Amino acid sequence: MRPLNRRIFLRDSALAMAGVGALPLWLQRTAHAAEPSSSRKKILVTLFQRGAADGLNIVVPHGEAQYYALRPSIGLPKAALLDLDGFFGLNPALAPLKPLWDAKNLAIVHAVGSPDPTRSHFDAQDYMESGTPGRKSTSDGWLNRALQPADKPSPVRAVSLGPALPRTIRGSNSAVAVESINSFKVRDDAAAKQFETLYGADQILGGTARATFDAVKLLQSLGENSAPGYPRGKFGESLKQIAQIIKADVGLEVAFADIGGWDHHVNEVAANPTEGQLAQRLAEFGSAIAAFHADLGPRMHDVVLVTMSEFGRTAKENGNRGTDHGHANAMFVLGSDVKGGKVYGEWPGLAPEQLYQNRDLAVTTDFRDVLGEAVYRHLGNRKLDSVFPGYSMDPTRFRGLLNS
Amino acid sequence: MKRELALLVAIAFASTAQAPVMTPDQKITHALNRLTFGPRTGDAEKVRALGLEKWLDLQLQPENIAENPDLQARLAPLDTLNLSTAEMLRRYPSRAAVKAIQDGRLDLPEDPFTRAAFEIAMNRAKKAEAKGPEPETKPVDLPADFPQSPRERVEYLDNLPADQLAKVLQALPQGQKMRLAPLASAELRRRIEVLTAPMQIVARDLTSGKLLRAVYSDRQLEEVLVDFWYNHFNVFLEKGADRELVTAYERDAIRPHVLGKFKDLLVATAQSPAMLFYLDNWQSAGPTGSGRGGKRNQGLNENYGRELLELHTLGVDGGYTQQDVTEVARCFTGWTIRQPREGGDFFFNPRMHDRGVKHVLGKTINPAGMDEGLQVLNLVARHPSTARFIATKLATRFVADDPPPALVEKMAQTFLGTDGDLRQVMRTMLAAPDFWQPTLFNAKLKSPLEFLVSTLRAAGDEVRNPQQLLNVMNQMGQPLYRKQEPTGYSNRGADWMNSSSLLARMNFATSLKHPEYGAPDFQRK
Repeated sequence: MRPLNRRIFLRDSALAMAGVGALPLWLQRTAHAAEPSSSRKKILVTLFQRGAADGLNIVVPHGEAQYYALRPSIGLPKAALLDLDGFFGLNPALAPLKPLWDAKNLAIVHAVGSPDPTRSHFDAQDYMESGTPGRKSTSDGWLNRALQPADKPSPVRAVSLGPALPRTIRGSNSAVAVESINSFKVRDDAAAKQFETLYGADQILGGTARATFDAVKLLQSLGENSAPGYPRGKFGESLKQIAQIIKADVGLEVAFADIGGWDHHVNEVAANPTEGQLAQRLAEFGSAIAAFHADLGPRMHDVVLVTMSEFGRTAKENGNRGTDHGHANAMFVLGSDVKGGKVYGEWPGLAPEQLYQNRDLAVTTDFRDVLGEAVYRHLGNRKLDSVFPGYSMDPTRFRGLLNS
Repeated sequence: MKRELALLVAIAFASTAQAPVMTPDQKITHALNRLTFGPRTGDAEKVRALGLEKWLDLQLQPENIAENPDLQARLAPLDTLNLSTAEMLRRYPSRAAVKAIQDGRLDLPEDPFTRAAFEIAMNRAKKAEAKGPEPETKPVDLPADFPQSPRERVEYLDNLPADQLAKVLQALPQGQKMRLAPLASAELRRRIEVLTAPMQIVARDLTSGKLLRAVYSDRQLEEVLVDFWYNHFNVFLEKGADRELVTAYERDAIRPHVLGKFKDLLVATAQSPAMLFYLDNWQSAGPTGSGRGGKRNQGLNENYGRELLELHTLGVDGGYTQQDVTEVARCFTGWTIRQPREGGDFFFNPRMHDRGVKHVLGKTINPAGMDEGLQVLNLVARHPSTARFIATKLATRFVADDPPPALVEKMAQTFLGTDGDLRQVMRTMLAAPDFWQPTLFNAKLKSPLEFLVSTLRAAGDEVRNPQQLLNVMNQMGQPLYRKQEPTGYSNRGADWMNSSSLLARMNFATSLKHPEYGAPDFQRK
């Protein structure tokens, strides 16, 4: 293409701006949306552990002898675990979450997952994010569909932390990707004005750009979050910023963040069972969530946080102190309105005939039942058939994770 | 009434008779947009002078294009790009080497400059371990006759023998060192860089090299294809030994084959230490195999077997089962690396190999040691699913996010009919009218890399410090060589557009004093 030269760019922008006259429509909408009125909403925060976290070594069925038979070198000894209920124990690297469990703010669903048999990271993540396992043609994500029609939607009602906008939050409701609140702006004010005008007229990018500039105005008005306890690194930083947006009451409804590095085919657990790649990842994961919980304090009544990973890992360890791609996994559900302190779901067992395809933990709870309950009871969206199309969602099948 | 009808027919006829085509100038711009990292000033004129057909033909035969001497001069100081992995590890400190020296398994290098680089790396490692104040290091005084002004200092350092140079640079505070860099000769600058961050040199050379080639190479299509195929056979630079293995991987396994036979590319990646390490196959052993390191590493690891089928060849819907994955993994047991952390090469270890009969995609593979893996690669390299998967992926990158099925089919047929000749597949794509549809003109959103490099090429500004650009790539969501998942980055333009990356693009364009490249038109190619 022929690049615009600078002079033409400036001239065209000036013309366009001069021609606008009154405030453009989208800006008027922003002005309303940014009013600090009753923007306090119920908020659903979803966290994705990319790479297939090993649920069996995160929430360990220490009461099942078969677990130790399948994992002679990477099974976590009962003595090392934080016991939950006499059958399951929490990986000790998740110690920061134990007080939340004890306070009954944290619930766990085990043997949960997708009915689709794929062991492809990409496909399984895609299905979990679209909310339509087995169907690739779905164009949007369930988290976007979970949003309900609104008169004056906040430009930051749906926010994903990170440089990309993940599938789960894409869709017809505007959603923004924020890598960091501090850098979420055009640094040069004059250029910013010209970009707004130019993009406003662009058929393909106009929507994204308008949503962006609306969100910029809102987020740049936020103060810093100086709450302590968040671990260093991208994931802790993501949760810290989600908390910052929640505390600012600017109309956030759904938020998303992810943490990678769970694909532990090798050296998942070190010779000392409290060390190794999994323990390292869990330490960051757990301390970030605990810091988020402490940071929000009473606001956790407005928040439900759900974690997920695309599938679990083989029940049996592989040849390299690791595990290969499996099936069912564990999910965490956190919030003041969560009926915590309990592991939900039927336990399918780990005997050979109980395993899925003779190798993996079987799925006894569809992940959509967990997410659906949060959407229905917490966000109050009753139209579950449009959030999870093709799945006959029945509130009587909910696990009862949330106070209704 | 009659006349109106006639008019309507005439209009309808006129619009079908004039099948929409790109103008010759549009075609040139389109070719530059899609087959290069973006046109520079004057590129279109050059293509016009040469003739588009000739230019396309030349880009498909990069060996016939004399490389830009300016690029070669810029790459020259990045010596790790041309070293074997083993030699690289002798000259530049890696984590493994630092540990080996600490444990007394390896001696410090003799060459005074190299030795100094290793010593600095070891001090840093100690400091990181202690997490406290820097451990005691012998304070080094600057020589009494060391001058004050940066210009005189550069001259002084230029005339020092290597061992003394290392000492002076070590004694010089970081800030003062940085101030010398702009004045120093390329050689001295390199030495300052090495002694400033000895353990980062390998990754810096790799990332700088990629950006410099993308901006300055005259073999543009080759660079685009190296990017495409590296991404197809993605390896994550930050996974352990891969920090030192990726340089040779891209240079020796990917680059030579991007316009060659797919099978050669596939075998080269399968036998590359970088891939064997990244997807864990180097540790995968059969039940009877004795494994490396005794009990610790015994048994099958499916990681490579699965990604070979899903991501490298057949595609996830290419018609394989979990059983196929396991059987393929069994065939590849024993494909391992000699001392991965010391840059060792691929080798087949029969003691790790599963000696049983295997069944892959309906074919029986009898016990044949290393040859079993080659049989699998042969089988999948020529599979119709692979042809379709590769054709789709290339067309997604070069043509459209949702490429025309007919074009994909043509490319897949060429793939099958030429034994996976990638040059011929590209020729088929470029010969097809589908590639030149006017609706495709300036219609595909650029990836962050395409945006960044096309901006630099269009602006014509000199790239003085490629490392500064890496952070922009991170902000736009495409850190170079650092896609952790084996899927690689998306070839669909739409996947890259979101508020965060849009702002990063606007800010980058503005920072270059070229806000026009932050405009919507320039986000497309």
